[in-house]
Amino acid sequence: MLLNIKNLHLEIGGKEIIKGLNLGINKGEVHAIMGPNGTGKSTLAAAITGREGYDVTKGEIVYKGIDILEMPPEDRAKEGIFLSFQYPVEIPGVSMTNFMRTAMNEHLEYQGKNPIPATDFLKRMDEKKKIVEIHSKLTNRSVNEGFSGGEKKKNEIFQMAMLEPTLSILDETDSGLDIDALRIVANGVNTLKTSENAFIIITHYQRLLDYIEPDFVHVLYDGQIVKSGGKDLAIELEEKGYDWIKQENENY
Amino acid sequence: MSKKNNILDEVTQGEYKYGFVTDIETETAPKGLTEDTIRFISGKKKEPEFMLEFRLKAFRHWQKLKEPTWAHISHPPIDYQDIIYYAAPKKKKELESLDQVDPDLLETFKKLGISLEEQKRLSGVAVDAVIDSVSVKTTFQDTLSKHGIIFCSFSEAVTNHPDLVKKHMGSVVPYTDNYFAALNSSVFSDGSFCYIPKGVRCPIELSTYFRINAANTGQFERTLIIAEDDSYVSYMEGCTAPMRDENQLHAAIVEIVAMNNAEVKYSTVQNWYPGNKDGVGGIYNFVTKRGMCKGTNSKIAWTQVETGSAITWKYPSCILLGNNSIGEFYSVAVTNNHQQADTGSKMIHIGKNTKSTIISKGISAGFSNNSYRGLVKITKRAGNSRNFSQCDSLLLGDKCGAHTFPYIKADNKSSVIEHEATTSKISDDQLFYCNQRGISTENAIGLIVNGYAKEVLSQLPMEFAVEAQKLLQIMLEGSVG
Ligand SMILES: Nc1ncnc2c1ncn2[C@@H]1O[C@H](COP(=O)(O)OP(=O)(O)O)[C@@H](O)[C@H]1O
Ligand SMILES: [Mg+2]
Repeated sequence: MLLNIKNLHLEIGGKEIIKGLNLGINKGEVHAIMGPNGTGKSTLAAAITGREGYDVTKGEIVYKGIDILEMPPEDRAKEGIFLSFQYPVEIPGVSMTNFMRTAMNEHLEYQGKNPIPATDFLKRMDEKKKIVEIHSKLTNRSVNEGFSGGEKKKNEIFQMAMLEPTLSILDETDSGLDIDALRIVANGVNTLKTSENAFIIITHYQRLLDYIEPDFVHVLYDGQIVKSGGKDLAIELEEKGYDWIKQENENY
Repeated sequence: MSKKNNILDEVTQGEYKYGFVTDIETETAPKGLTEDTIRFISGKKKEPEFMLEFRLKAFRHWQKLKEPTWAHISHPPIDYQDIIYYAAPKKKKELESLDQVDPDLLETFKKLGISLEEQKRLSGVAVDAVIDSVSVKTTFQDTLSKHGIIFCSFSEAVTNHPDLVKKHMGSVVPYTDNYFAALNSSVFSDGSFCYIPKGVRCPIELSTYFRINAANTGQFERTLIIAEDDSYVSYMEGCTAPMRDENQLHAAIVEIVAMNNAEVKYSTVQNWYPGNKDGVGGIYNFVTKRGMCKGTNSKIAWTQVETGSAITWKYPSCILLGNNSIGEFYSVAVTNNHQQADTGSKMIHIGKNTKSTIISKGISAGFSNNSYRGLVKITKRAGNSRNFSQCDSLLLGDKCGAHTFPYIKADNKSSVIEHEATTSKISDDQLFYCNQRGISTENAIGLIVNGYAKEVLSQLPMEFAVEAQKLLQIMLEGSVG
C-alpha cells in the first residue's frame, strides 16, 4: 500500500478537526474525496504534507511503508508527495523559473543526483508547460503573482508535471475553473497518471470526475470518512446533495 | 516540527563563520588619543608636514564636539581614551611577489575565500588588501599604470601624489562635517587612493578587502577616489572580521569626486562581526561616505549590502553640484539577533536637471532594529530636478523593528520628488508552499530574500552579487520557524 492512514486524530489550536480517519491507497489508484465545506478535506491534505500547527494527536500516516509523522514537509515532498494547493501562494520577487529549478535541484540532491543543467531544465519546462497549456510569460513572472485564478491552478498542475510525484493531492483544483481550464487540468492529470503513482482528488463537485475517472469515492464529513464507494457514489451525491449525508450521520 | 527547532538552535547557536584571529606581530600606539598620538601616527607614516597639520586641526575640532545621539541606535558609551589608534603589521623587507607575503596573512585570505593568487588569476581583479591599517600588497599595478590610473594605499598617495591628496582630501567630507569624520581626519590609519585620469575607462573592477585584526584597535580607513573628465571606474569594497568580545570602533571616510561626464560606481559588501547572538561584542561602524558630482553629466552610484556589525551608522550620499548630474543609492541592510542599523542616503540637488534614485531594502530578523534615514534636498537653483525613493522593509519574526525616517526639503517648484514605502513579512504560507515543493526553509528564505533584494543585488558586479546572495541567506538562516 502506498499510503495508509490509520485512525488519524488531528487538532488545530486545541480543536479536534480530524476524528479517527482511515484511508488506504495503492499505486495506480485515483481516490476522490468529497464532502461539504469545513469538514476537514484541506486539513487532511495538510496532515499528509506535514504542515506545521496541525497536531496529530493519535493514529499514523504510513507512506511507502514508513510512518511519516515526524518527517519534515520538505522531505515528504522529496519522497514524492505533492499538493496542488486550494489557494496557491504568491511569492513576490521569486521567478517561477528560479523557484522550480531550486525545487527540482533539492529533489535531485535528495536522490543523490547532480543538479539539472540549465539547458535540460529549460527544455523540461517547455515540455511540461505544453501539458497544461500555460503561456511562457507566466513562468517568467514571480510565483503566482498576478496570475488569474485559473492560471494559478494550471500552474499547480505544471509544477506537479515538473516534479513527477508518486502521490498527488489535488485540493479543489477544479473550483473556479471554466470548462476549458477544467479539461486542461484533467487532461494533465490523465497524462501523468501511471501504474506507479496515485492521486487524491479533493472536490466539491462531480464535474471534474467526468474527466478524471476515480477508482474510489469517499465522503468526508465532520472529520471522518463516513461513506466509501465507486464512481457511482459521486453521481449519487450530485443528485441527492450533502444533506443526505448529514442527515444519515446525525441519525445514528 | 522538531526538525525545524533543531535547525533554529543550530543556527542561532552557531558562531560567526569568519571569527578567527591571525597572529601577526603588530606595532601599536599606546592607548588613548592626544596630540602626541597624532604625532606618533604621522611620524610612523613619515608624513609630510601638511598632513600632520590637517590631522591636528581635525583633532582640535573633534575635541570640541560631542558624539551624536540622533540615530536610532543605542550602545554603551565609547571610551575614546581606551582605544589603540595605530597598529601595523611589523615591517618586513619590500615584497616583490606574493611568495614573499607573510604566510599567516595569505592563510587569512584563504580562510576568507579571497586568496590573492586566485583573485589575480581568475577574476582579473586588482586587490589592495588592507590588514590592520597598512596596505600589504597591491596587485595589477602594471595594467593600471598603463592607463595612467593610480590605485594605491592612502599612505603611498600622500608620499607619491601629495598634490592630488592636498587638493581633494576633505573637499567632499570636511573634517568639520561630523564627529566621526573629525575623529577619522585626526587619526586615520590608511586606506585606498584611486585616481582615474581624463578620458580613461578603468578596464578592471578595483577591489579592496578590509579586515580588522588586532584586538582593541579602532580602524580609521580613509578612501579618496577622483574621476577626471570623461572617466569611469567601478570600485568594490568588502570585508569580514574576526570574532571579538570587546566592541571595535570603526569610523571610515570615503570621498568621491566626479568631474564632467565622469562615472563612479562604488559597491560595498559589509560583513563585519555583528556580536554574538546575545548582542555582545561586534563592530561599531560609523562611516561617512559621500560623493560629489562636481562636473556636468557626472554620475555617482552607491550600492551597498550591509549584513555585519553590531551597529551600522552609514549614509552614503551624493552632492549633485554639476548640471544634469545623477546620484544613485541602492542598499540592502540586513539585521539579525541584536544588531542595529541606521542607514540611508542623502541626495543634495544643487545643479539643474539633476536626478537621484534611492532604493533601500531593509531586512530585519531576531531582535534587531533596522532604520532607513534619508534626506532629499532640492535647492532653489536645482530646477527640473527629480528624485525617486523606494524604501521597503521586510520583517522576519515579530520581535524585530523596521523604521523609516525620510526627510524631504524642496525649495523649487519645477522639481518632482516621489517616495514609496512598503513593509512586508515572510509568511508561514509562503514558507510552507516552498517546503511542499521540497525546498528547505533556509533555501526558501534565501529565495524570498534574494528576490526581495534583487533590484539592489543586480547593481553589484557579478562576482560580488553571487557572494552577497550567499551572505544574505547565511545571515538569516534559522530566523523564521
Ligand atoms: N489554520 C486553521 N486554524 C483554525 N481552524 C482551522 C484552520 N484550518 C482549518 N480550520 C478549521 O478546520 C475545519 C476544517 O477546515 P478545512 O479542512 O479547511 O475544510 P474543507 O477543506 O473540508 O472545506 C474548519 O472548521 C475550519 O474552520
Ligand atoms: Mg478546503
